[in-house]
Amino acid sequence: MPTYEKIIDSDKERRKIKADRRMREIMTAYYMEAKTPKEQRGKKIAWITSGGPVEPLHVMDVIPIYPENYGAMIGASKMGVDLCEKAEEMGYARDLCSYARADIASATVNGGPIGGLPEPDMLICCNNICGTVLKWYEVQARYFNVPLFILDTPITHTTFNDEMRRYVTRQSAEYIRFLEKACGRRFDYDRMAEVGALSIRAQELWQAILDTTMSKPSPMTCFDAFFHLAMIVTLRGTQTCVDYYEMLLAEMKERVAQGIGMLPVEKYRLVWDNLPIWYRLRWLSNKFMERSACLVADTYTSGWVSQMPSVSSTDFLGFMGESYARIFLNSGTDLMAENIIRMVKKYDADGVVFHSNRSCKPYSFGQYDIQKILRKKLGIPTLMIEADMVDERSFSESQIETRIDAFIEMMKK
Amino acid sequence: MAKDIITAGIDVGSISAKAALLQHDRIVATHVILTGYNSQNAGRQVFDLVLQQAGLDAGKVAKIVATGYGRNSIAFAHKAVTEITCHAAGAYFLDRRVRTIIDIGGQDSKAIALDDSGKVKDFAMNDKCAAGTGRFLEVMARALEVDLDAFGAMSLTAGQAASISSLCTVFAESEVISLIARGEQRPNIIAGIHASIASRVVSMAKRVGVRAPVMMTGGVSKNIGVVKALEEKLGANLIVSDRAQVTGAIGAAIIAVGL
Ligand code: SF4
Repeated sequence: MPTYEKIIDSDKERRKIKADRRMREIMTAYYMEAKTPKEQRGKKIAWITSGGPVEPLHVMDVIPIYPENYGAMIGASKMGVDLCEKAEEMGYARDLCSYARADIASATVNGGPIGGLPEPDMLICCNNICGTVLKWYEVQARYFNVPLFILDTPITHTTFNDEMRRYVTRQSAEYIRFLEKACGRRFDYDRMAEVGALSIRAQELWQAILDTTMSKPSPMTCFDAFFHLAMIVTLRGTQTCVDYYEMLLAEMKERVAQGIGMLPVEKYRLVWDNLPIWYRLRWLSNKFMERSACLVADTYTSGWVSQMPSVSSTDFLGFMGESYARIFLNSGTDLMAENIIRMVKKYDADGVVFHSNRSCKPYSFGQYDIQKILRKKLGIPTLMIEADMVDERSFSESQIETRIDAFIEMMKK
Repeated sequence: MAKDIITAGIDVGSISAKAALLQHDRIVATHVILTGYNSQNAGRQVFDLVLQQAGLDAGKVAKIVATGYGRNSIAFAHKAVTEITCHAAGAYFLDRRVRTIIDIGGQDSKAIALDDSGKVKDFAMNDKCAAGTGRFLEVMARALEVDLDAFGAMSLTAGQAASISSLCTVFAESEVISLIARGEQRPNIIAGIHASIASRVVSMAKRVGVRAPVMMTGGVSKNIGVVKALEEKLGANLIVSDRAQVTGAIGAAIIAVGL
């Protein structure tokens, strides 16, 4: 007695995104290089927060490594609970973000899908995503005994003013001095202009890729975006990233031209808010697909595109601080709500799915208010799913399934 | 489909399984049993029992809808529909004026906002934590060594409700135990427990927006103490049908008519 009619998908092969393979190759090569022993590798390694300014690292030929990206890999390979429990044994609270727990634990046991991350030579922490990263990176700086640079970005509650601008610009200059010292050589400003241009180009391409989902049927879902996101997070500022996204964009445009959607049937279009639930991506993607609901966009993956369209590609450093300070996650609830409203309109969505993420407080904190604002301003249905991005112990399958079912039943009328 | 057919709704919840038979917009029979560990069996059993009660043969039932957490395990049902949609349909059937439903069941509590035609407009659920559910009451009844069925009446005799501030069941239980140790009267403690459930559930209900009239459904609505505490927090009277516990099953039977 299936609740939903079985959709027979004879076109499944055609629906697959071909670029996926190339993406896997690039990511493998990236981690292989980083995992090469230090003596052979030559390059230094910096661990950096997902929202941190990575471009200057590329200028200095430092390999950026993202514990959060690794956290996602840990989550997706369902190794999160083990590592989280390990961190709890070490004395960390279960309320601590599961990326932090997984990373702190994995550093001590070389755990996780690739047997731990290569040791850092320095740590770069930008608190534009949350306050958790400050303490997390301090812990790691002590553990590995390496220098830590902190870029402090004030929250944009409603507006970003000149004082804030000066504050972050000054820190950008400090950041460069930190890198010069850590690497023992001068910073190359010409190279910065090139890397900056590549980063901006990658951001434009990524946004263009995300924008293809305005088409009906949508050529991909947010579950695909969660996968292809790794590139903009880890490799923005490189030619590899630009080349890959050009290829992916071309494929997306081709899909649009041929009317190939990611879902065999697309009845409802939804927007996702918050981080993915990494260990349940396939399950969730199938649940929504079986109900002909397409998650066309999300607030998470678009977070890596600068909110400043005017960013000058010739003076990247001059704008860097501000552009990193003004990301979605570092703004007030009103701006977050506006962003979702904009997305609902842009992608012509019928509803919004909120993942209330036990780990990520800054992302989840305002969701009830945002829900209310959406109800008032757009009158569209919303769904709240309570879970955690890495710690499976906070996921209850039957309860979440009931909510998804009820949500779809509600939209059916 | 012709209106005179007989339909059935089966609601398999975490604690009890309910069934309702419907014909001609009239409830023919309802039945409630404990779910036990096998929800599939419970569904079959409660269906057989409700048929027996009505003196009917299974063959006479044209359509069956299953709901509740066990909804997908009822193989003989024609369709599975969530308890949210079914509670809405059931409540609207019992009283067309209803615009908000507060349902407190064994393992979860939910608030449902209805539009003027009885359709679900929005819903909120608490299912991560036992606080604000029937389970919470069970734990407290054990700590107090009072039969759960006596809770309602006892709380009405309270002089002053004790304050229970913890939102977590485990913490609240130890709060209750220390209240007992301090010699606080049982009725006062029970009234405090009810007030704590009420405040939790009402704040959830406010998320979907409370529009009067409000109906309370689910097994806990048999507890007059919780009903009163909710009314106080809401500042409004609750409609409590004598079929409150089987509202979901009735709703399922109604939805079955439209299949
Ligand atoms: S709290 Fe949120 S923003 Fe901070 S590291 Fe964890 S997931 Fe990322």
